[in-house]
Amino acid sequence: MNAYLFAPELVLLAGCLLAFCMTLTEARTQTLRLLVLCVGAAFAATSVSCLFAKGSLFYGAYRVDLFSQMVKSVMSVGFTLMLLFGADTKGISVRMRPEYYFFLLTSLLGLTLLSSSVELVTLFIALELSSYSLYLLVPMRTPSDSMRAPMEAAIKYMLFGVTASGIMLFGMSWIFGIAGSTYLEQILPAMRSALAQPTGLNAAALVGLMMLLCGMLFKLAVFPFHFWAPDVYQGASNDTTAFIASMPKIVAVAVLARFCALAFPSEGHMALLLTGLSIASMCYGNLTALVQTDVKRMLGFSGIAHAGYILMGMATLQGWGIATSLYYATGYLFMMLAAFLVLCVVSTEGQNLSIKDLNGLSRRSPLLAFVLGVSMFALAGIPPFVGFMGKFMLLTGAWRAGHTALVIIAAINTAIGIYYYLQVVRAVYTEPAAENAPVIVPHAGARMAGICLVGLVLALGMAPESVIRMATEAVMAAW
Amino acid sequence: MDFLSMNTLGYPILSILVFLPLAGAAIIPLLPGENTVRVWTLFVTLANAVFSMPLFTQFNPTSALYQFAEHKPWIESLNVNYTLGVDGISLLLVMMTTFIMPLCVLGSWKYIQSRVKEFMICLLVMETSMLGVFMALDLVLFYVLWEAMLIPMYLLIAVWGGPRKGYASIKFFLYTLAGSVFLLVAIVALYIHQGTFSIPALMGQQYSERFQLLVFLAFFIAFAIKVPMFPFHTWLPAAHVEAPTAGSVILASVLLKMGTYGFLRFCLPITPGAAIGLLPALQWLSVAGIIYGGLTALAQQDMKKLIAYSSVGHMGFVTLGIFALNQRGLEGAMLQMINHGVTTGALFLCVGMVYERSHSRELSDAAGLGKFMPIYVTYLTFFSLSSLAFPGTNSFVGEFLILAGAFFNNKIVAVCAVPGAILAAAYMLRMLQRVIWGGTNNPDQSRMYDLGWREAVTLAPLLVFVFWIGLAPEPFLRVMRPSLDHLLAQTGYHAQSALALAELVAR
Repeated sequence: MNAYLFAPELVLLAGCLLAFCMTLTEARTQTLRLLVLCVGAAFAATSVSCLFAKGSLFYGAYRVDLFSQMVKSVMSVGFTLMLLFGADTKGISVRMRPEYYFFLLTSLLGLTLLSSSVELVTLFIALELSSYSLYLLVPMRTPSDSMRAPMEAAIKYMLFGVTASGIMLFGMSWIFGIAGSTYLEQILPAMRSALAQPTGLNAAALVGLMMLLCGMLFKLAVFPFHFWAPDVYQGASNDTTAFIASMPKIVAVAVLARFCALAFPSEGHMALLLTGLSIASMCYGNLTALVQTDVKRMLGFSGIAHAGYILMGMATLQGWGIATSLYYATGYLFMMLAAFLVLCVVSTEGQNLSIKDLNGLSRRSPLLAFVLGVSMFALAGIPPFVGFMGKFMLLTGAWRAGHTALVIIAAINTAIGIYYYLQVVRAVYTEPAAENAPVIVPHAGARMAGICLVGLVLALGMAPESVIRMATEAVMAAW
Repeated sequence: MDFLSMNTLGYPILSILVFLPLAGAAIIPLLPGENTVRVWTLFVTLANAVFSMPLFTQFNPTSALYQFAEHKPWIESLNVNYTLGVDGISLLLVMMTTFIMPLCVLGSWKYIQSRVKEFMICLLVMETSMLGVFMALDLVLFYVLWEAMLIPMYLLIAVWGGPRKGYASIKFFLYTLAGSVFLLVAIVALYIHQGTFSIPALMGQQYSERFQLLVFLAFFIAFAIKVPMFPFHTWLPAAHVEAPTAGSVILASVLLKMGTYGFLRFCLPITPGAAIGLLPALQWLSVAGIIYGGLTALAQQDMKKLIAYSSVGHMGFVTLGIFALNQRGLEGAMLQMINHGVTTGALFLCVGMVYERSHSRELSDAAGLGKFMPIYVTYLTFFSLSSLAFPGTNSFVGEFLILAGAFFNNKIVAVCAVPGAILAAAYMLRMLQRVIWGGTNNPDQSRMYDLGWREAVTLAPLLVFVFWIGLAPEPFLRVMRPSLDHLLAQTGYHAQSALALAELVAR
């Protein structure tokens, strides 16, 4: 086995073990924080240096290619930035912090494994590793006035998650029955020939594939699998939500991309299904987000809408469309992190913030206001930020694949979405701050992460060429 | 690329014009003190105005090509390019933008007292995106700048605006964005159809009638909201009234022109069939705007609102000229775009100057200023006369050409538009009478002081243009003529009107 191919995962694994050892001692938060930050930085460094690694591991169950490495790199950079700004983990009680970091790392490890898995059982195990860690992270919140919200969120998350996993597992069994293998490489030709057959086999293949998608659609919070999102966003601590709202999404997109390859020839039904889900998600997410007052909950609903946009690229079932989905998910990760950076720093005790709590932020901390403004305009899809460029490419891809109605509905949704993002900007820039609101001086890590995130959101939007080209290459490599 | 005449000046003049303000904005956070920031911004905008001079002097007025062009690939996988160029249609708008910006800085010297740095950054970012919009020859580049402009403009209204700034700024943003979302859809449709985002390459192509109609409507909504044309105008009074002086000036002088520029640059040459088919409807909408704007302006007590509604009327004249679709009409519309920028910009500056002194925009509070502010009312009189298209001033030439063009196209429409000119005289003279003399119950104005040298200098260049264009419009018409002829040829509508023109000349 080539250690170079597995280096990012090995680093994470070592990090997990270290964090586990820390849970046994009475480690000080300072040491803990430093340790995890080092792990994150090492993970980022190895991921980026292994960007062009290529190979296959564990009897072909684990493939390292540009596609997986790109996802890992984006995730690792995002994770490091997240650790930088969330250094004080306000919402988590001191006693819990070692466990918190341990599960954060195992979840990340699961996601990392997921992006490279090309065998169904491996894929399922990786998925469960990341999911179960997240189920445990959600209720780890300092009990404030009541324990209900985090607990309710955790139970909901777990029940929905387990159901989605169950359906996915069931779908896998169908596919195994049709293809006689659990390796995607061998499933691919078998599925394609099954889908092309006029007998009942094609229906079985289609149903199996749809069930297989459920697990990932759940992670992405697409319309009928979205119920957990707003509650979990609201119930989990700010730092946990930052993680849940960003990292699993890009991995879900990556795995969906691998699955969509299976459906290539039978465009009709799959495309129709994905288009339907996409439209339902964006309409539901945007319309519900309009009336939210809690910022995190609003971001939860907006996340459902963004999942709809991402599915727009998937619905093309073409390499380029899926590459733009990946590009959009990359941008989305950084936009979301920028928004959560501000929430984490502004929230003094780790409590949830309503939009009103952001009133006059531009006077309390110009930098944070700027970061939040950029992320809101970017999420709304205003140029020159990545949100616009991504949406523009998704629209182009969808139109090219003949989904004219989808493009028009997405465009209308963009216009609706502006309103609630703008409410936040309005609160930040035009409303006067509350009487006793103190001036906020973000710590050095948050300042650095904020500037990096704004830079990334801007750079990805203005110079998308290299990323898009790499994503296209990566998707082609994965197919 | 045969529609581009590449830049031969030896330096990329258009890129410099676009990015100089942005570079200036990037330096502002490092500057100490508010006055340094003001002086620096003035310096940057003045430098940009000076740098834009060669555009006018080196422009070849016999060519319809896009001159000083620059062309670089931007996003190769989508065939998106960074293409800039100016022709007769955009040249004057670019010049007007660079010239009006220093005046905006001067006009907000005292007006803006809080967060000066942020304000000046917004102004400079605005300048970058406005210039870029007029120069961009690639649809994606155009759209990026067109939308990016909303952010600083939103902040200008929302942060430094009047009491109802929250409402006005959100309305402005939502309205404009809702319109431009369809613009984006049209851009994608054109790209899928032709495989290019190059604006000149998309002109004069064969599209099916249905496709033309849909693309035209998508373009039309975006631009009609920006102009604003009659049923889409409701954001304008709110935004104008609440915006700070500089914001109002930019809005009136430059932003509104982007809508009409869009008609000239996109609707007519790309979808001429649909435009010609809808011509009567478009003309009647313009007339409705002229009459409606005039009547509502007549009823206003708030000076800013009055000028805002007068803008609706004036822009109605511009769209009437455009949709007259003949040389006279188009020349008049182009000239009127510049005129409106000069005159209405100046009027907003004038209102801002009174507001700085009395903190009121009410007409009744400004009654009887003539005795105490003689220089001010002199300026105000000239600009008001220009606004009502008094012969000898710039707007007279523009409106005359527009009405002449409209007569050739549709006599009934032209006749219906004429009362608009009378209404303009009515509401401007009403305002003038009140401000200069007032009545027997004037408020005590003895504490009002006349214009200082800074304010006088701010208004002086605009006054020069009022008379220059009014008395000798030829240098301005000369540069736009080849491009407008080319545009008419692209629409394929000119044959009959040219005939009528020839007749007129022969007579």
